[in-house]
Amino acid sequence: MHNEHSDSHFQLRIDKGEHIEAKDYMPEGYREHLIRQISQHAHSEVIGMQPEGNWITRAPSLRSKQILLAKIQDEGGHGLYLYCAAETLGISRTEMIEHLHTRKAKYSNIFNYPSLNWADIGAIGWLVDGAAIVNQVSLQRTSYGPYSRAMVRICKEESFHQRQGYEIMAKMMGGTKDQKAMAQDAMNRWWWPALMMFDPHDSESPHTSDAVKWRIKRETNDELRQKFIDKTIPQAELIGLTVPDKDIVLDKKTGHYKIGPINWEEFYRVIKGHGPCNKQRLDHHIFYHHTGAWVREAAEAYKAKKAKREIAAV
Amino acid sequence: MKATDNLYNYCLRLGDDALILGHRLSELCSKAPFIEEDLALTNISLDMIGRAQAILKYAAEVGGKNDTEDDLAYRRAEINYYNHLLVEQPNGDFAHTIARQLFLSAFEFYLYGEMEKCHDKTLAAIASKTLKEVRYHLEHASDWTIRLGDGTPESHHRMQNAINELWMYTGELFEMDEVEMTLMRDGIAVDLIPVKTQWYNRIKHVLAEATLVMPEDSYMQTGSRKGVHTEHLGHILAEMQYLQRAYPDAIW
Repeated sequence: MHNEHSDSHFQLRIDKGEHIEAKDYMPEGYREHLIRQISQHAHSEVIGMQPEGNWITRAPSLRSKQILLAKIQDEGGHGLYLYCAAETLGISRTEMIEHLHTRKAKYSNIFNYPSLNWADIGAIGWLVDGAAIVNQVSLQRTSYGPYSRAMVRICKEESFHQRQGYEIMAKMMGGTKDQKAMAQDAMNRWWWPALMMFDPHDSESPHTSDAVKWRIKRETNDELRQKFIDKTIPQAELIGLTVPDKDIVLDKKTGHYKIGPINWEEFYRVIKGHGPCNKQRLDHHIFYHHTGAWVREAAEAYKAKKAKREIAAV
Repeated sequence: MKATDNLYNYCLRLGDDALILGHRLSELCSKAPFIEEDLALTNISLDMIGRAQAILKYAAEVGGKNDTEDDLAYRRAEINYYNHLLVEQPNGDFAHTIARQLFLSAFEFYLYGEMEKCHDKTLAAIASKTLKEVRYHLEHASDWTIRLGDGTPESHHRMQNAINELWMYTGELFEMDEVEMTLMRDGIAVDLIPVKTQWYNRIKHVLAEATLVMPEDSYMQTGSRKGVHTEHLGHILAEMQYLQRAYPDAIW
């Protein structure tokens, strides 16, 4: 018989496909891996509000303004569930934000690219959320219960985001010459960074083997990337967008598209902090977090005063 | 002047308040003191832009010039905008955002409460939906006014300062010109005299609970009923209307 608090019992449960819950025994490495991954995911949702937020005040119609605002609100909400999921593992939101600010915790590299024209809002929804969904659908079956449940909820909203992003692209490709040029420009800038969202080949990723053993991760980076490529290229062609890769070929035997080489040098450069917006995104978060400190303090002070008065009144 | 001109103008006044404050709040996305508050401010912004869309759509119908609600939002110049000066004021610190919201939401709460009974069926229906939303906006702004007023010495100071600085834009909320007087006689526009009393009592009550001082009445700024604004509106429109103005043939 296995001791319920042993690593072997834990692994047995994982292998049977059981969900691990917050109060269950888990190896320290599993907990740390999840904290790193879930908090990074939460930060990505929150930092991701910035490139899209860049166009809220310039959205070109009342309808598009509302859709964009609602979408960004969803992303903030996703950040919130994910912070809560990470908190079940024994880390506070304050600590997670501190780790973000001191660069101990990361967020998705994709948000270090700028959103430069209105079609970028389409491209972010269609390509960035599209790539995120492929990852997140796979994570719905991840072994940690609170993370898996957060993913189920998030996936429902993300597929709506992807459709609205594609709708913007389709509308612009059916529009004026200027609109078409904006859409193609956005496609050219977002395509490769979107492919990089799946990270390099698994053998080059330092955390993969444990993540696979613990069933946090269910499919390889390359498998997930291929799913995204196969799904997205026909969508681009349908509305007349050119995928910015002259090496693309459809392998008729396998039904998969082969693409040209990904510039991993760029990926590592941006991860190391030299992307176009790394400094801007983090500075923004730090600035508004500090700017709001007096409000959070006031809310705490008021809560304490109120509690004291209630006790005095009893 | 045609009879419909007054109604058209009245709809613009109502729609523009919702649009401009909705826009101001949308500027705060990703800038709130914490994520839950970011979502709350976005909610209010979404309610207001949705309301603006409904009212401007009706204004376009009444105007009879084949305009859409987007034409009215994105192709109109400052001088033809009729939102109150209060709503175009910058977000400032969080206390200013809250004070501006408190003043306007309290006004809208009583305004739309009366408008539900008006003879114009479209406005009455919009008022009924709006009232549910505004009740929440007012509660949100009142709760924060109290928390900040009765929080720390710094938050108390900031909240009092915001109330004092925005006070001069509150008198205009209750102005009634010939447009509104005529519509009021037709049972459409709301009589703002009782609304002013209700508003004043509500604000007094909230400020007292927040341990804040009610400002003394001084000179009240005015102009928006005639399309005369503060310098801020031009910048809001320059940003908001940019794509529609730069690419006039495009459909978005």
